[in-house]
Amino acid sequence: MAEPMLKPPKIAISPVAWMRQNLFSNWQNSLLTLVVGYLVVTSAGPLFSWLFFEATFLGQEPSDCTGTGACWLFINERLNFFIYGFYPDEQQWRVDVMFLLLAVCFIPQFIERFPGRKWFGLFGLTGLPLVGVFLVPGGILGLPVVQSSDWGGLMLTLILAYIGIIASLPIGIVLALGRRSEMPIIRGICVVFIEVWRAVPLITVLFMASVMLPLFLPEGMNFEKLMRALIGITLWQSAYMAEVIRGGLQAIPRGQYEAADALGLGYWKKTGLIILPQALKMVIPGIVNTFISLFKDTTLVLIIGLFDILGTVQSTITDPAWQNVAIEGYVFVAFCFWVFCFGISRYSQKLERKLDTGHKT
Amino acid sequence: MGNTMTEQNQATGSSTPVPSKKDENSSDIIRVEGMNKWFGDFHVLRDLNLNVHHGERIVICGPSGSGKSTFIRCINRLEEHQKGKIIVDNIELTDDIRHIDTVRREVGMVFQHFNLFPHLTVLENCCLSPIWVRKTPRKEAEEAAMEYLTRVKIPDQANKFPGQLSGGQQQRVAIARALCMKPKIMLFDEPTSALDPEMIKEVLDVMIELAGSGMTMICVTHEMGFAKTVADRVIFMDGGEIVEEAPPHEFFTNPQEPRTQKFLEQILQH
Repeated sequence: MAEPMLKPPKIAISPVAWMRQNLFSNWQNSLLTLVVGYLVVTSAGPLFSWLFFEATFLGQEPSDCTGTGACWLFINERLNFFIYGFYPDEQQWRVDVMFLLLAVCFIPQFIERFPGRKWFGLFGLTGLPLVGVFLVPGGILGLPVVQSSDWGGLMLTLILAYIGIIASLPIGIVLALGRRSEMPIIRGICVVFIEVWRAVPLITVLFMASVMLPLFLPEGMNFEKLMRALIGITLWQSAYMAEVIRGGLQAIPRGQYEAADALGLGYWKKTGLIILPQALKMVIPGIVNTFISLFKDTTLVLIIGLFDILGTVQSTITDPAWQNVAIEGYVFVAFCFWVFCFGISRYSQKLERKLDTGHKT
Repeated sequence: MGNTMTEQNQATGSSTPVPSKKDENSSDIIRVEGMNKWFGDFHVLRDLNLNVHHGERIVICGPSGSGKSTFIRCINRLEEHQKGKIIVDNIELTDDIRHIDTVRREVGMVFQHFNLFPHLTVLENCCLSPIWVRKTPRKEAEEAAMEYLTRVKIPDQANKFPGQLSGGQQQRVAIARALCMKPKIMLFDEPTSALDPEMIKEVLDVMIELAGSGMTMICVTHEMGFAKTVADRVIFMDGGEIVEEAPPHEFFTNPQEPRTQKFLEQILQH
C-alpha cells in the first residue's frame, strides 16, 4: 500500500556492479560462482558440439554419419515413421489436415488480439475431434479405410492425449459433482468409480482393456485395440480429474451457494453459472498438471502393442541398419514431449492471469 | 409513510400476538405459525409466530446466538424448519422444491458478507438472476440493473469486479442485485456488521431510501438508529424466542420484558 510513496531503490545497471552484487558478494559466493561456471563451460561445450557443431544433418545412408556428434540424419530419414506410424504414404494428407487444424485452432490462443480466438478454441474442442473421427480412419466419402492398427508415432500420441484430455474433463466434472451430491445412490456410484479407477495403475488398466476385456465381451462385439485403450485412459484420467475438481468445489465459500439459492437459481444454474466457473478457475494448475501427466502417460500404450512416438523410435533404434542412434532417438522424443507439455503449461498460465478478477469474497 | 405506520402500529402494537388462525388476513405477506427449528439436538428456534403485512418494515434485534439470523434464513428456506408453518406470499414452504424456488424469486436477501459473485462484473451480478430465472431479455435486464445501480448510487462501477470495490460499495451492489429480481420482500441479515464504520452510513442511506418506497423489509441489525427511523415494529429475540415486539418508540422508551430492558441498557449505554 505504501509502496508508491517510497522512492524506488537505486538500481545498479552496470554489468560489473551487477556481478559484484550477485555473483561475487563474498568469498563463498565467489567460489560457488567459479565452480558452477567451470562446470557450465566444460559441459556446455561438448553438449553443443554433440548437438550441433559435430552433428550430421545431411546425407542419405547410415554410413554418412561419420562425425563424432549426433546423427540427426537418423531422425530425418525416419521422421515419416515417427510421425505417422504405418499410415499409408498416399493417405498421410488426411493426418496433415488434422495437424493443420490443430495448429489453426490453438496457436491463436496464444495471441491476445487474434480476432475470433474464442471460436477457434471452441472448434478445437468440438469440431476438431468430430472431423478427426471421420477423416483419420476414413471409410466414408470415398476415403479408403486405414485400420487403427496402422496408426502410430506422434499422430497416435496426440490422438490418445487429446481425446483423453477433452473427454476426461467433462466426465471428471460430473463425477466430482456426483461425489458431492446429497443423493446417496449417485454419491455412492461416484465414490466407488473414483476410488476403484484411481487406485489402479494405468499400465494395469491398459493391460486389462487389451487382454481381459475381449474375454468378457460377447462374440462379435469387439472394439479395436485403440478404442479400448482410449476408453481405459479416459476413465482412468477422469477419476483423477474428478478429485482435482472436487478440491475446487470444496474451496468455494458457502456464501456463494447461499447467494445463488437466495436469487432463485436452481441446482444446475447455480452449479453452471456460479460454482463451476469459480471452482475450475481455482484448480487450473491442478487440471493442467493432470493433463501434462496424461500426455506423458500415453507412452504406456507401448505395452499393449500400440506404437506411439516413443514406441516408433524405440523400434527403430534396434534396426541393425542404424548403429548407436539410441541417444538421438530419445533426445528427439524428449524434445517432442517437452514442446507440447511446455505449450500446455504456458497456455494455462496465460489463462490463469486472464481469469484473475481480484480477490475472492 | 406516517399513515401506514399508525395503521400497523394499531394492528400489532399489543403484546405477543397470537397468530390469527381463523381470520386469515390476506394482507399478510409472511405468516409464521408455531415454527420450531433444531440444529441436531439443539433447539434454536422455539415456537415463533409472526405476521408481516405488505409494506411493513420489521427490525429484529437481540444478542448473538439468539437465532435471529437463522429465523430470517428460514423465510427463504436457506435453513429448513422442522415444525410449524411458514407461508410466504400465500405459498407454504415445504420440501417441495418448486415452492421453494417460487418463494425465493419473490424474496430478496442481503447478507452480512455481501456474497457477490467474484468472477462476474457488478452488472453481470445484477443481471444474472433476472436473465436466467425471470427470463428477462439481456438488454432489458441490463437497463433495469443500471437503474437499480443508480438508485444505490454506484452506476459508474457497473463494469468493475466486486474485488475492486470497497465493502460499502459491495454491499450496495448486493442490495441492487437483490432488487433486480423485483422482489416483494427484502431480507437483510446484518447488512452493516462486516463494514468499516465510515461505510455503514452509505448502506443505511440506501436501506432507508428503500424503506421509504414501500418495500416489505425484515432486517436483522444492531443499528438502533435505523430501527428508530424506519421500523414499523421492532422484534427482540433471545434464546430462540421472540421475547418482545413493539413499535420502535414503545420498544425503546418503554420495554416491557426484563430481558429486553437489560439488552437495551447494554447496547445503548456507550
